[in-house]
Parts: sequence; C-alpha cells; structure tokens
Amino acid sequence: MPVIVARDLTKVYGDNRAVDGIDFEIARGESFGLLGPNGAGKSTTMRMIGGTLQRTGGSMLVAGLDPAERGPEVRAHLGVVPQQDNLDEELSVRDNLIMYGRYFGLPYSYLRAKADELLEFAQLTDRGKAKVGSLSGGMKRRLTIARSLVNEPKVLLLDEPTTGLDPQARHVLWDRLFRLKEVGVTLVVTTHFMDEAEQLCDRLVVIDRGRIMAEGTPRQLIRQHSTREVLELRFGADRNAAVVAQVEDIGSRIEVLPDRVLIYTDDGEGALEAVTTRGLSPVTSLVRRSSLEDVFLRLTGRSLID
Amino acid sequence: MTEGSTIADLGRLAASGRVPPPEVMARRARRWGWWFFVEAWLLGAKAWAVSILLYMVVTPLLYLTALGLGLGTLVDRGAGSVDGVPYLVFVGPALLVSTVVMSVGGELTYPVMAGFKWQRLYYGPHATPATPEQIAVGQLLGVMIRFVVQAGIFWLLLVLFDAAPSGWSWLSVPVAVLTAAAFGAPLQAFAASLEDEGYQFAFVQRFIIMPMFLFAGTFFPLSVMPVTLQWIGWVSPVWHGTQLARQATYGAAEPLWLTAVHVVVLAAMALGGILVGRRIYARRLGS
Ligand SMILES: Nc1ncnc2c1ncn2[C@@H]1O[C@H](COP(=O)(O)OP(=O)(O)O)[C@@H](O)[C@H]1O
Ligand SMILES: [Mg+2]
Repeated sequence: MPVIVARDLTKVYGDNRAVDGIDFEIARGESFGLLGPNGAGKSTTMRMIGGTLQRTGGSMLVAGLDPAERGPEVRAHLGVVPQQDNLDEELSVRDNLIMYGRYFGLPYSYLRAKADELLEFAQLTDRGKAKVGSLSGGMKRRLTIARSLVNEPKVLLLDEPTTGLDPQARHVLWDRLFRLKEVGVTLVVTTHFMDEAEQLCDRLVVIDRGRIMAEGTPRQLIRQHSTREVLELRFGADRNAAVVAQVEDIGSRIEVLPDRVLIYTDDGEGALEAVTTRGLSPVTSLVRRSSLEDVFLRLTGRSLID
Repeated sequence: MTEGSTIADLGRLAASGRVPPPEVMARRARRWGWWFFVEAWLLGAKAWAVSILLYMVVTPLLYLTALGLGLGTLVDRGAGSVDGVPYLVFVGPALLVSTVVMSVGGELTYPVMAGFKWQRLYYGPHATPATPEQIAVGQLLGVMIRFVVQAGIFWLLLVLFDAAPSGWSWLSVPVAVLTAAAFGAPLQAFAASLEDEGYQFAFVQRFIIMPMFLFAGTFFPLSVMPVTLQWIGWVSPVWHGTQLARQATYGAAEPLWLTAVHVVVLAAMALGGILVGRRIYARRLGS
C-alpha cells in the first residue's frame, strides 16, 4: 500500500490555482520528486501532505490518515524540512534538536542522547553549544534536516533541501539523504534543480503551474521527451536567431534560447559536423547528454530556472 | 555522519526502536503540546534571565521610592490619607498591577510578530504534532509564568516597604497575572492579526497602555476624576485589577457585586482573547 496518496489535490488562493488537481502515489521506501520552477506549487503540495495547509479540494491520505482531520497523527509520522529554515536562533544548536523533539512527546532522556547522534549526522558535534544564529547557511540547513529526524520518521518531506547551498555542501547533503533512503526512509523531495532530481529521485513528477506535466523515472522521462544527446551552440546573442533557419533540419528538434541554440539529436558529434560543413562557426559548441532540464523545456517551452 | 560511519549506524539513527509509535506521540502532543511550547519559551528566556530579574527588582524599587515615599509623604501631609490608608499603601498594589501590564506590551507584541514573520518561530512547532491553538496558548502561558515571578517580587517588596498590611496581600499576585492575561490575550490576538511590521505597537503603548496607567485609578481613586472620564477605568483591565489588588493588600472596601464585576470582566477578557487568538493562529499558520 502506498504511504501517500493524493487525488485531484487542489489549492486555490483567490483566483490563483496554485495546485490544480494533481494525482500521485508514493510507495514506501521510494524517493519521490516534485520537479518544477518557482511558483509551480511544490511547497503548497508539501504543506498539504503534512496538513499544515488546508486544501481547497481533492483528497489526501498519509499512512492511511487524512492530514486535514488527523493533523497531529499524520505529522507524528513525518519529518519535515521546510523551504525556509525556521530554527530558534536564540537557542543553542543542541537545544534546537531537543526542544523540537519535545513536541513529539519524547522524553529528555531519549532526546539528549538522540541530539548527540543527530549532531554527528549533521557534522555539527563541535557546534552543539553554539547559538544557531552563528551558523552558516549550509550548517543551518544540515541542522534543519537533522531536526526533522528526531522522531525517527518513516517519511521525510524535503522542500528544496539544497537551495542556497554551494556545490560542495549540496553533494554532502545528497550523500546524507541517499543513505537515509538506503536504510528505508521514504523521501519526498521538491526541487527546481534538475541535477538534484536526477541524483535523488527514483521517480518524479514534472510540475508546472499547479499541474503535473509528466511522470516517470528520470531515465524514462528523458527517453520519452528528449533525444539521447544535445548539441549546444552559441553564436553570440544577436546571431543565434539568425542562424536557426540554416540548422533547423539537422536534429530532430531545435530550441532557441536567448543565449544559445539547442539541437536535439541522438548523435551530437555528427550534428556538430553538419553545422561546420555548412560553413557556420559557432563561438562555442558543446555536446552533452539530455537532462531533465531538456524534458522541462520540451514540456513547457520554458527553462526550470529563470 | 563522518566518513567512517556505517549504514548500520544510520539504520539506528533512522529507527532505533526507542521511539514510541506515531499514535502515541500524537496522543502526547494533543494533550501536552501547549506545555512543550512553554518549555521552549522558558529555555529561550533563560538567556535573558539575569537582566529580566534585575528589571523585576529595580522597577518596583524605583516606583515605590519615588511615588510611595517621595510623593506619598507630600500627599499624606496634605490629605492625611487616601481611601483611609497612607498613600504608599494606596498606590502600591496599583503599581504592582500596572507595571505588570506595561510589560505585557513588550511580551505579546513583537515576539508574536517574530513567531509569524521575522523568525518564523511558530512554523517549527507547526510542522510537528503540536497544533496552532496550542502554540497560541503556550505563548501566552510562557509569558504568564514570567509575570508570576514579576508580580511575586513586587509583592515581596510591597511587604518590605510595609505597604501590604493585609494577611491576604499575596492574592495581589494572581490578580496581577489575571489582569496581565486580560490585557495580554486580546493584545496577542491583535498582534497575530497584523501582516505588516507592527508599527501599531507604538500606538498601543502610547494611547492604550499609558492612559490606562495614568487614568485608571492608579494614582488617585477613579471617583476623583470627572464623570466623563471615568469610563476609561471601567473599560480598562488595569482598573479592575487594581481594585481587586487593593482589596487583597489592605482590604479596600467595595460592594461585593463590584468585586464580582472586576473578576468577571478580567476573566471574560482573558478567555475571549484566548479564544479569538487561537482562531487567528490557526487561520494564519494554516494558510
Ligand atoms: N500564502 C499564499 N497566499 C497566496 N498565494 C500563495 C501563497 N503561497 C503560495 N502562493 C502562490 O501559489 C503558487 C505556488 O506557490 P508555491 O507552492 O510556493 O510554489 P513553489 O514551491 O513550487 O515555488 C504561487 O503562484 C504562489 O504565488
Ligand atoms: Mg517552494
């Protein structure tokens, strides 16, 4: 039985349909992603899973319970990492973990030992006594993730877990999350980074303007909605549009972005050769594998990150 | 998780077997969620404990010295007594109640704003089994615990200054806390309803708290004021609280019905504020 089931899930703010009738199921132990640009409705969906936001319509079951009616019971199952950190800056790092655990009715005897384990997990052991206000952004994020584990949840909701972190910190976090998945924790991740979705998610939905555009594993999505390779060409901002007519027939599809032209093809090197044969000399050229970014571009005509 | 740690360690971290089932955690939170917020509040307040305590001791000393001994000497020389007692005895319980209410103006305004907006402190517990209603009540109760201490210290000083002759004078402590709740709960609800930066709080300070302090029977009996201004006392929790505190500290004479009115007004304001505040917290955190 899936641990989370959403049917026709809807949230309307005024006349803005932030989440517009989406359906999804998440199996136990799975790592499930919601990939979409800013404003797609990812955070809104996450908050309805935990019942901290009242939905406008549709149904939602988490561990068989409706979060709108059994909020405390549902949230006792969950670990929640919100998009914006909301740590208590006036308490120490360690006390943040302990006091958060209190809200689950957990006794101090358990929490004191647990806090030390979680500090180690977050690589913050030596900062335990420091005030949260003195931590860097990456440390705060790790602490927030550690905090979400205090009740040993079977399901972890991670809303943009690595947004705002530098590349190295992101890889450290992905490693942590991957290991959690390996020991059986169900991950629900929202992100607008295609590399994060590819790294973390077994399966994902591409979401835009409150609607699900596509669903599948990262590989399936790329196979269905894009070619194997992509040739990226830059001719200089003013010339990109002008050369389109000359290269249009080379790949199976072409996308013209403000700063580059993308040619979709299963043979990138061959396509590049064809371009040079026609006497065109791009300022730069690059052959790469298709990514979820290309899938999104295909489905919506826009980039994930604006 | 350092490089050397193993999957087994992580397995224990994720499922040690020492955590009760979710239903049990939820049940505990449903019952005690408000108290868990108080615990966190108290821990946060610990950082300021010394300066708050100092404030709690110095404020009464300043007021009692200036108004009781300074002004009081003058009043007693002129009028003989006020309400049948020395001025210090008359003004003491009123100062106790008023200074506590003035502190409410700091404790249930900006911190509420920080909870919803500046630090988003409420959103942490909101993602746990605790409910918005419990957060609202916990915020109020944490502050009330502070006021028990603050009023208790003031009362001790009243006794030391010989300004609380009745054996029941300790009752002025719960009276002051009830008054703080009567003013604080509606103020908290108001603060929770504000979306902007809270510039209204300065207005509350100047046009509600100060007039209550000056005109609600603190320094002179309400009856001395022109009848057209006496309503300020009637609508002000400070007056109702002050009159009750005076009965406690020196047995001020008042008809029983009026005493009942004081208690009912204060309790109704506190309860009404809590009920409205809980709804505002639930609406705002859940939207
Ligand atoms: N509290 C709110 N009130 C009104 N509109 C909101 C609120 N929260 C989000 N929205 C709107 O709902 C849409 C989806 O927002 P959100 O779920 O935060 O997107 P994402 O997390 O994918 O960036 C956006 O158009 C946003 O402006
Ligand atoms: Mg978001």
